[in-house]
Amino acid sequence: MVAKRIIPCLDVKEGRTVKGVNFVGLQDVGDAVELGRAYAAQGADELVYLDISATVEGRNTFTSLVERIAQNINIPFTVGGGISTIDDAARLLDVGADKISINSAAVRNPSLIDEIAAKYGSQFVVLAIDAKRVDGRYLITTHGGRQLTNRELFAWAREGQERGAGEILLTSMDHDGTREGYPCDLFAELSQQLSIPIIASGGAGSVEDIADVLSKGRADAALAASIFHYGEITVGELKRRLKEYGIKVRV
Amino acid sequence: MIAIVDYDTGNLCSVCNALARIGVEFCVTSDADKIRSADKVLLPGVGEASSAMQKLEERGLASVIKELKQPVLGICIGMQLMCRHSEEGDVDCLGIFDTDVRRFEADSTSGVKVPHMGWNSIEQLSTPLFDNLNDGCFVYFVHSFAPDICNDAIAVSCNGRSFAAALAKGNFYGTQFHPEKSGDVGEQILKNFMAL
Repeated sequence: MVAKRIIPCLDVKEGRTVKGVNFVGLQDVGDAVELGRAYAAQGADELVYLDISATVEGRNTFTSLVERIAQNINIPFTVGGGISTIDDAARLLDVGADKISINSAAVRNPSLIDEIAAKYGSQFVVLAIDAKRVDGRYLITTHGGRQLTNRELFAWAREGQERGAGEILLTSMDHDGTREGYPCDLFAELSQQLSIPIIASGGAGSVEDIADVLSKGRADAALAASIFHYGEITVGELKRRLKEYGIKVRV
Repeated sequence: MIAIVDYDTGNLCSVCNALARIGVEFCVTSDADKIRSADKVLLPGVGEASSAMQKLEERGLASVIKELKQPVLGICIGMQLMCRHSEEGDVDCLGIFDTDVRRFEADSTSGVKVPHMGWNSIEQLSTPLFDNLNDGCFVYFVHSFAPDICNDAIAVSCNGRSFAAALAKGNFYGTQFHPEKSGDVGEQILKNFMAL
């Protein structure tokens, strides 16, 4: 069986990684390449770089950064943030991104998934979904959780799979940032309904939380930011502990 | 000089970057003479098998590759095209490796996902392609179709069913996984290929 993946997520603003102030042993935690390489050396299975720049200059800087990442890092990486057309995706593919993640733009224009998947393959398309529980139903939000839509999570995830997404990256906005663990029932239900891999995001506060979502929650991968960036645990240490829980990981 | 065969099946960036990282000189080409005269040949590929096979044939490269005498490494779709037949697009391939390529079946009960995406361990390693590596090492896969186990298998893995993760016959080698994305293990495999 394929190993469960651990994926650190790095936020990039105007070409520099943000957060990560307590990262031990690095000269420059703002250097996305150096930080990514350090995670890879610790045993990260993939990396996600999220561009949170607000300016055109920032976007352009991100593209040249992606090129440097591709040249220097020997594990797969996904890039996301601000991808709203097939040209945006093509630009990132051309400089070496292995996958792109799309979120709000896909909700606005679902055929974007079909277009990118048809041209570059499903393996290139990660559909990121931010869901929120409203009156007992899980609905999709966009713009980082600020806008609620009337799309229902399971229907949208299935539609995304049918349109050609290769993976789903699901964040429960009710749990994101709480550090109280993931909604494992939700992830297990989604896993039951889909044939493509699911990456769990948002809510990890401990090793046990991650172990739970990968076992009870049946997620294929866990993405996390804070617990790694603030040096609470290294990727390698997390994976060794997950192995003790009987979870197949690459160590 | 190492020739990376360019037959318009997507991005060759990752393979080029990986060779640059291990300090190998290479050219990206679809020119038959350059491919024939290269010390070693890499046949990468992403996308769909039948259209990839068609592109190879349109460029007159199918027969060129079959007749190569130097070490050849097919990666992912590149390796699948070196098999007899692929279920993807129901296409006859080069027939170098004595096996067929079939789709994985997703199974929600046992948790088998399609595509098979991520790191999986490989076992029963043989040939110098895996020098300095041990059974159980992990490599990175992204695929929905895979070759059946056969006499040419030099590594096996499992996603619902066991499949050939790497194949070899004479001067021809192929990996279903992506050595160019498989961390230090992948770099070792590329170095081993370069040393053949």
